[in-house]
Amino acid sequence: MKIDPIHQFNIEPLFTIGHIGNQTIAFTNSSLYMFIAVALTAVLMLGGGRQLVPGRFQSVAEISYEFVASTIRSTAGSEGMKFFPLIFTLFMFICVSNLVGIIPYTFTISSHIIVTAALAFLVFFTVLFYGIYKNGLKFFKIFVPSGVPIYILPLVMFIEILSFFLRPVSHSVRLFANMLAGHIALKVFAGFVAMLGVSLGAVGWIGGILPLALTVALTALELLVAFLQAYVFAILTCIYLNDAIHPGH
Amino acid sequence: MAEKSQGAPAKGQKTGAHTEADGGHHGGGFPPFESSTFASQLVSLVIAFVALYLIVSRIALPRVGGVIDARQNAIEGDLAAAQKLKDESAAALKAYEADLASARSRAQAIGAETREKLNAASEAERKTLEDQLSAKLAQAEKTIAATRETAMSNVRGIAADAAGAIVQRLTGVLPDGGAVNSAVDASLKG
Repeated sequence: MKIDPIHQFNIEPLFTIGHIGNQTIAFTNSSLYMFIAVALTAVLMLGGGRQLVPGRFQSVAEISYEFVASTIRSTAGSEGMKFFPLIFTLFMFICVSNLVGIIPYTFTISSHIIVTAALAFLVFFTVLFYGIYKNGLKFFKIFVPSGVPIYILPLVMFIEILSFFLRPVSHSVRLFANMLAGHIALKVFAGFVAMLGVSLGAVGWIGGILPLALTVALTALELLVAFLQAYVFAILTCIYLNDAIHPGH
Repeated sequence: MAEKSQGAPAKGQKTGAHTEADGGHHGGGFPPFESSTFASQLVSLVIAFVALYLIVSRIALPRVGGVIDARQNAIEGDLAAAQKLKDESAAALKAYEADLASARSRAQAIGAETREKLNAASEAERKTLEDQLSAKLAQAEKTIAATRETAMSNVRGIAADAAGAIVQRLTGVLPDGGAVNSAVDASLKG
C-alpha cells in the first residue's frame, strides 16, 4: 500500500458560502476545525463555574488565564495587559486547535501557512500601528540600538530593519513548519505499521511494534510541541508588542 | 492524522486518486501551498478569530478575571479580619495585663498603707504605755525617796535618842537635846 502523508493536509470544501470576485469561498474542513477550536475554547473558559474554591474545570480556565497574564507581565510589563485579550485569543486558538489536531483523523489548522501567516501579520500590523500610534516617530528608535559605534550603525540598522520585516515570516513559518513536519513524521511512522502488516503478514505485524512504539512516543512529543508552539507564538507576540510599548529598550 | 494507516489497499488507492484529482483540480501538489484554498481559509479564519476574540474579551476574560479577583479579595478580607481579631485579642491581653499590674500595685499600696497604719498605732500604743510606765516609775521613785527621807529622819531621831541614852548611861547626865542632834547630824554627815 502507498503512504500518503500529505493527504491529511488536504482542504476539502464542505459547502460553498459565496464568491468574492472569481474566488469561491467555501466552508471547508479547515473552517470546521477553526469553529471547533472556538467552541472548545468558549466552553473551557465559560463552562467552568464561578466558585470561590474552583473545581478542575474552573481551575483549567483560571490556570490558562493566569498563565497568559503572567507571560505578558513578565515580557511586556503591565502595560502589555492592554493586549491581553488578543494574546489570550491567539494562544488559546493555536493551542486548542493544535491539541485537537493530534487526535487521529482530525485536521490541523496551523499546518497551513496561510493561517499562520495571517495570524503573524495580525501581530505584525498590531505592533506597527500601535507602536506608531503610541510613540510617533520615536517608534523607529527600535531600529537604532543605543551604544553602537557610529561607523557600524548603518549596518546594524540595516540588520535591525531587515529582521523587523522578516518577523512575520519567522513567526508564521515556525508554527507552520513545526506542525506540518510533526504530522508528516507521525503519519509516516503510523503508515509503516500498516504497511509492514499488510505486506509481510504475521512477521510484518510483529515488526510493526517498533514503528508503533515510535508513533506513541512521537504523539507524546507532538502533544508537547502543540502546546509549546502556541506558547512560543504567544510569547513572541508579547516580545514584539513590548517593542511597540517601550521602543527605547 | 492517521486516516490511511489502517486503510485497506482499495481505500488507499481511492484516496490517492482523490488526492491526485484534487491536485489536478487546484493545479498544485502540496495542500498548504495551494493558493486556491487561501481565500476560503482566510474568510473562515477572520470569522472564527473575531468570534473568539469577542467571546474572550467581552465575556470569558472579565468573568474569569472577576472570579480570580473575587477570590483574591475574599482571601485578603479574611486575612484582614484575622489580623483585626488578632490585634483585638492582643489589645485585650494588653488591657488585662495593665489591669492586673494596676490591681497588683493597688494591692501593694493598700498593704503598705495598712502596715504603716498598724505600725503607727502600735507605736502610739507603745508610747502611751511607756509614758504610763515611766510616770508610774517616777511616782514610785518619788515614793521611794519620800519613804527613804522619812526613814532617814526616823533614823536620825532614833540615833539622837540612842546617843542621849548612851550619854546618860555613861555619864549619868541627860545631855542637851540640841547638842545631841547637832552631834548626830555631824556624825551622819561625816
